Amino acid sequence: MIAMLFNALLIAIREIRRNLMRSFLTVIGIVIGVAAVITIVTLGRGTTETVRQQISRMGNNLLVVRPGQGWGSSGAPQFSMQDVEAIRDQVPGIASVAPFVSNNSPIIYQDRNRTYDVQGTTPNYFIIANWKVGTGRFFTDAEVTESAPVCVIGETIRKELFGEGVDPVGSKVRVKSLTLEVIGVTAAKGQGGFSDDLDDNLITPYTTVIHRLSGRQGGRNFNQVMISGQKDYPTANIVADVAALMRERRRISASEEDNFNVFDSQQLAEVMSSSTKTMTTLLGCVAAVSLLVGGIGIMNIMLVSVTERTREIGIRLAIGARAREVLLQFLVEAVTLSCVGGLAGIALAYGCCYFIAGMIGVPFLFDPKINIVAFVFSAVIGILFGFMPARRAASLDPIDALRHE
Amino acid sequence: MSAEKLIQLRGITKRYGTGDAAFLALRGVDLDIHRGEFVAIMGPSGSGKSTLMNLLGCLDTPTSGSYQFKGIPVEDLNKDQRSLLRRHALGFIFQGFNLLARTSALENVELPLLYRGYTRKQRHEMAREALAQVSLSNKERNTPAELSGGQQQRVAIARAIVTKPDTLFADEPTGNLDSKTTVEIMELLRKLNEDRGISIIMVTHEDEVAACARRIINVRDGLISSDTKQ
Repeated sequence: MIAMLFNALLIAIREIRRNLMRSFLTVIGIVIGVAAVITIVTLGRGTTETVRQQISRMGNNLLVVRPGQGWGSSGAPQFSMQDVEAIRDQVPGIASVAPFVSNNSPIIYQDRNRTYDVQGTTPNYFIIANWKVGTGRFFTDAEVTESAPVCVIGETIRKELFGEGVDPVGSKVRVKSLTLEVIGVTAAKGQGGFSDDLDDNLITPYTTVIHRLSGRQGGRNFNQVMISGQKDYPTANIVADVAALMRERRRISASEEDNFNVFDSQQLAEVMSSSTKTMTTLLGCVAAVSLLVGGIGIMNIMLVSVTERTREIGIRLAIGARAREVLLQFLVEAVTLSCVGGLAGIALAYGCCYFIAGMIGVPFLFDPKINIVAFVFSAVIGILFGFMPARRAASLDPIDALRHE
Repeated sequence: MSAEKLIQLRGITKRYGTGDAAFLALRGVDLDIHRGEFVAIMGPSGSGKSTLMNLLGCLDTPTSGSYQFKGIPVEDLNKDQRSLLRRHALGFIFQGFNLLARTSALENVELPLLYRGYTRKQRHEMAREALAQVSLSNKERNTPAELSGGQQQRVAIARAIVTKPDTLFADEPTGNLDSKTTVEIMELLRKLNEDRGISIIMVTHEDEVAACARRIINVRDGLISSDTKQ
């Protein structure tokens, strides 16, 4: 049996070699199908990973409390330092809390003047939002207490206001009437979960913003509260606890809706990952259909080939090939073709993935599973769609086959 | 000549079709062929000579009657067993040569060996030897399209004898060849018969070709009309 199989493989390879062009046309459908499935799934995984990374760049288990529902905050009351302290003291599972006030303001350095996001907060924010020092240093709690006129700027601001290769530490920038000393630059983060630039911000003690810029003191100064959940503590619990606390503090009755919202970056990550996964699965299925069509292509050409090679089959039968040997020959031929097609498809997928991943800026994540699945699938297609032509070949009568013109 | 019996036909009939459309191609043929004979089967078209040839070559089974090949009752064999009998004992030469296109002479000659489990080296050696016997050692790499009709038929003969069969079946082996090449091929067949003792059973409608055989069987209307030894 093994010898017969080996023999069939030998004969099949000879036949494939003898008709390279026909063989190529036969497998092209499989090649494209396999390549499409693998490319889509690989790029899909890359995209999911990118989204996950972008969201995790926003912060460590980041939760953000904002006034109002949805993205708008018009009308809804902002947050006070007491709110921040209440969250810190009363909600379990929290690693760090920071008050946060942000405004778009023009920032002036020498003759350059551009508008950026000016953020007032505490040093906790650097930990919560996962900021790393690029150059210089971050400000301290002491500097917050004394409303020090210092700031840390993002990479985008450094680039745009100071220019490439210039160290801005020690320079002075002006925000409205206030002059701030640049004490550090944050390491670049790139894009966030909404494909927004995370590096176009100026971070300064919130006291500086409130006391020196807006001139207000006390009261509801903060338009966000930044929270970082403890690792492995379910963020959903924190969201619920923060919401309950805020409802209580804001005296919202049971019949009223929240006038604030708690954004959970992990939940966003999950939603976005699952939507890219769904998309990947959907596209993968479409590609799998093309693989099926490729299989039908193999059957089609093999059927034509059986007719075209009737005389050859007649010769083989006359010189003593048994029906099962002819069947095996054609089956092995179909399977060999589809396997070769599968391998070529994998190679093509690599080219495509490498090229497209580079083009759309997605990491190239090798997934052995999808490669094996696609390869096995193409082999199975070879068996399924090769069987009918092979049986037709094997059932030929040697006399009729030899007489066939 | 040895008197060992190679083929024994008794009361062989072959019917094609059923009912009103039925046609009796052979109507009770008795025939004995001994080892080492060179037999020509002649007859006009429709006489049943091709049917007889297919039966003798174990490509077909009779409707009734008995056929013993070297004592083996062929009518009792199934399709696969007849395949194996052809593989091990018979060689075939066809009118249209029936070589595989775009395949070298050597690989064409190797074809029957592929079904007999020889190693690559053995196959090459045996195929080379067979090609040498038909004087085509210099054409091993040529494909059929690069060979003349006579050369193609010689490749086909090499393919038929590479397995060292007892019996060679030749169906109009010179039907597609000119007279000069016909002489060459018949000379080759005669040599194989005389020097190597291969029994040859050949169908032809040309008297000159049949004249090379030592026994001429005429078939007419499904019966043997004459059987002469020369």
